[in-house]
Amino acid sequence: MAEVLEIKEHHTVHQLPTADNGEGGEKSPMNISYGKTMMWYFLLSDAFTFSAFLIAYACLRLGHKWWPNPNDVFNAMPFMGHHKIPMGFVSIMTFILIMSSVFVVRAVQEGHRMNKKGVMYWMFWGILGGAAFLGCQAWEWQHLLAEGMRPFYNVFYEGKDGLTTLWNVHEQGKPLFSPGPVAFGALFFGITGFHGFHVFTGVCLNIWGFFATANGTFEKRGHYEMIEKLGLYWHFVDLVWVFVFLAFYLM
Amino acid sequence: METLHTVTEQHAHATAHGHDGGHHHTETFISKYIFSLDHKTIGKQFLITGMVWAVIGGLFSVLFRIQLGWPDETFPFLERMFGAWYTDGKLNPEAYYSLITMHGTIMVFFVLTASLSGTFANVLIPLQLGARDMASPLMNALSYWFFVISGIIMFSSLFLPTGAASAGWTIYPPLSALPQTSPGSGDGMTLWLISMVLFVVSTLLGGLNYVSTILNMRTKGMSLFKMPLTVWALFFTAIIGILSFPVLVSGVVLLIFDRTLGTSFYLSHIVIGGVPQPYAGGSPILFQHLFWFLGHPEVYIVILPAMGMVSEILAVHARKPIFGYKAMIFSILGITILGFIVWAHHMFMAGINPFLGSVFTFFTLLIAIPSAVKVFNWITTIWKGNLHITAPFLFAVGFVSMFISGGLTGIWLGNSTIDIQLHDTYFVVAHFHIVMGIAAFFGMFAGIYHWFPRMFGRMMNTNLAYIHFAITFIGSYLIFWPMHFQGLAGVPRRYYTNNNFEIFAVFNGMNKVISIAAIIVFLAQLLFLVNFFWSIFKGKKSSQNPWNANTLEWTSPVEGIHGNWHGDIPEVHRWAYDYSRPGNESDFIPQNFPLTEKEKTEADH
Ligand code: HEM
Ligand SMILES: [Cu+2]
Repeated sequence: MAEVLEIKEHHTVHQLPTADNGEGGEKSPMNISYGKTMMWYFLLSDAFTFSAFLIAYACLRLGHKWWPNPNDVFNAMPFMGHHKIPMGFVSIMTFILIMSSVFVVRAVQEGHRMNKKGVMYWMFWGILGGAAFLGCQAWEWQHLLAEGMRPFYNVFYEGKDGLTTLWNVHEQGKPLFSPGPVAFGALFFGITGFHGFHVFTGVCLNIWGFFATANGTFEKRGHYEMIEKLGLYWHFVDLVWVFVFLAFYLM
Repeated sequence: METLHTVTEQHAHATAHGHDGGHHHTETFISKYIFSLDHKTIGKQFLITGMVWAVIGGLFSVLFRIQLGWPDETFPFLERMFGAWYTDGKLNPEAYYSLITMHGTIMVFFVLTASLSGTFANVLIPLQLGARDMASPLMNALSYWFFVISGIIMFSSLFLPTGAASAGWTIYPPLSALPQTSPGSGDGMTLWLISMVLFVVSTLLGGLNYVSTILNMRTKGMSLFKMPLTVWALFFTAIIGILSFPVLVSGVVLLIFDRTLGTSFYLSHIVIGGVPQPYAGGSPILFQHLFWFLGHPEVYIVILPAMGMVSEILAVHARKPIFGYKAMIFSILGITILGFIVWAHHMFMAGINPFLGSVFTFFTLLIAIPSAVKVFNWITTIWKGNLHITAPFLFAVGFVSMFISGGLTGIWLGNSTIDIQLHDTYFVVAHFHIVMGIAAFFGMFAGIYHWFPRMFGRMMNTNLAYIHFAITFIGSYLIFWPMHFQGLAGVPRRYYTNNNFEIFAVFNGMNKVISIAAIIVFLAQLLFLVNFFWSIFKGKKSSQNPWNANTLEWTSPVEGIHGNWHGDIPEVHRWAYDYSRPGNESDFIPQNFPLTEKEKTEADH
């Protein structure tokens, strides 16, 4: 055992875990370590969770004759007052999340070079991007809530000529039944909330990865495979956002 | 080479354990038997926890069968035992619904999913593949403990004043979504949902581990197509679980929103007590789609491990190579894929588009093909074999019998037009209990009798096992065969009593017979438990390879050590089914025996 530990500390080249049992057994057909196998299968599983949500979204939406036009719902920007910029804010959010993914790609690269400082630097930016995305989402949520949107109540209803119209709860009062299709708010808060929860988890995991790197945990192990696995998860969360974005904002 | 061992902590850990096998100075009772990381111990934990659940679930069925057999009698002694579930010696209707819901949930999820896969995936995957342990022993232990916590929550719901969940194991909304609709839809339903989410976490942790162990931890020579069929079956089972359970989570999360946030995912046009509710735009059928997208694959999660074990056991005890090894693998693959596209056959009568119904009829009937391939191969495997009529063999044959009987009625039900008549009747109850419930239990018993020596180092009592088999086999048919006729006559399932339908009075006698058979079969299982626990301590000591089987688990020391093998892991040279090979003196050649010169030259041609 002592000998084993000693060898570990002397690792200087990047040596990823093998794709077998470490005792000369058969290799995984995908030629990746067991840890990555697990991560890939987990992501597959999670993809099914989101697919189920998005299919539920499609079913409920197609069951409605009329649906609010996203251009008229998502058009607010912080510090812009009543100035309307359809899709402006969400485009910024999306850009931030994609950039954050790019930063994490850089962190993984630095990991392959066994460059601890580099991993920390890029992980830091990746984490910041994730946190910024969450901040944006919080702002957007609170803005919609302030407009009167609830998971069980939708203030965007079918006005004249099918135009999306805001029922101003502050001036017009609150009708007993939801003015617009309730499912709209429920799906929006439900699905973006579930995605936000994934982003939050990812940010927490990445923070852990940052500190583990700083402590030299991965350097001692001789490889930064953990950062790669975190990266896989992070890209996945990013990819899911593309679909959520498509479903809620572009269609 | 040695440095490779050190690459991850896990491997270093496994190697270290492997080389000093068994001598653990720091091990306490708690770390050895309770919070163990050893796959063999975790397997036993899954097994024994599952037994506790099976007794509870079985007892519930006895209680509601008593109600169905003797709807007019009173049972003061049951009231004394179960208190609030009874009034004036009669089972309360609400309690009845809670009991059938809990029976279904416990049997399907806790016993035949968690415990069946949990036991045999844990015990067999590393041992049969030549691995020191699971890829991640910690996740493996967590999988078990999540299962325990989920079980504790489910169990505690039984003691709520409003009772446990009562919407059936399929928890269809709106009944399950609106607490006002029935007592069991209140806190009982909430606990059910929480419990199930934790259960899915457990399945996921387990499943990811099984898959990565199978893909990454095989010993030298154990190429994929040399793996025993048990492992193949457990592999696909894990994949089905990984892909289908998350969809249940999605469905359940939306249901939780409907219950707590007032959303309307599954609700629309609801009036309660004359008061219209503000729910609008939701669809209860959406829930059914999400549920059955898990629900149908789930039935294969239950049956595939049993199929794998039966394939193995029939070959060993008939002393013949399995017939159609690759066909077995590809039929499992076929079942896995088709299993994902047949779910709406549970919804023919839910108001789906009839055209959709015929599409699902088509896929459903297709699934009979790989199922039939398997049945054919089992029968051909034992055909003219040198049969050793042992307990595992009997139960394996019993499995095949049940699977055929229940599979045939599946083909009836799969036709949407026939299902118009049969849906939600006792015919469906008969179908799925025979094909899934009883068959999977038979597979599990076969597995327990067969691998008991490997798990506990001792043999189970054979005579008790024969009695157990005879009563269970005959009794199960007695219980479920008559239900087909009730179903054809239109007796609806899930009814507390049929007293109000005069036409069904003809079945009063039949119902009593069924209930008596159910009680006897339940008692026979207690006999099995006595045999099981008695044999753990007092059974005859097992030899190294009591069934003369080929697979690697029989080369690992009987006493069961950490790391599974002293010294190097055995290397594999051949498939698992070299039984009764002409020209060989013994009637089996273990997988770790090198090829003979003759075989090598044969292989070259
Ligand atoms: C030949 C293959 C099979 C076919 C064609 C088939 C078909 C069907 C159909 C159409 C139903 C719905 C009946 C209704 O509710 O009206 C059904 C119910 C069911 N089947 Fe099968 N089945 C097959 C094999 C199996 C197997 C292998 C299992 C389990 C291992 C299974 C488990 C179940 C269960 C649990 C239900 C009832 C669920 C419930 O409503 O509570 N079936 N089957
Ligand atoms: Cu089905």
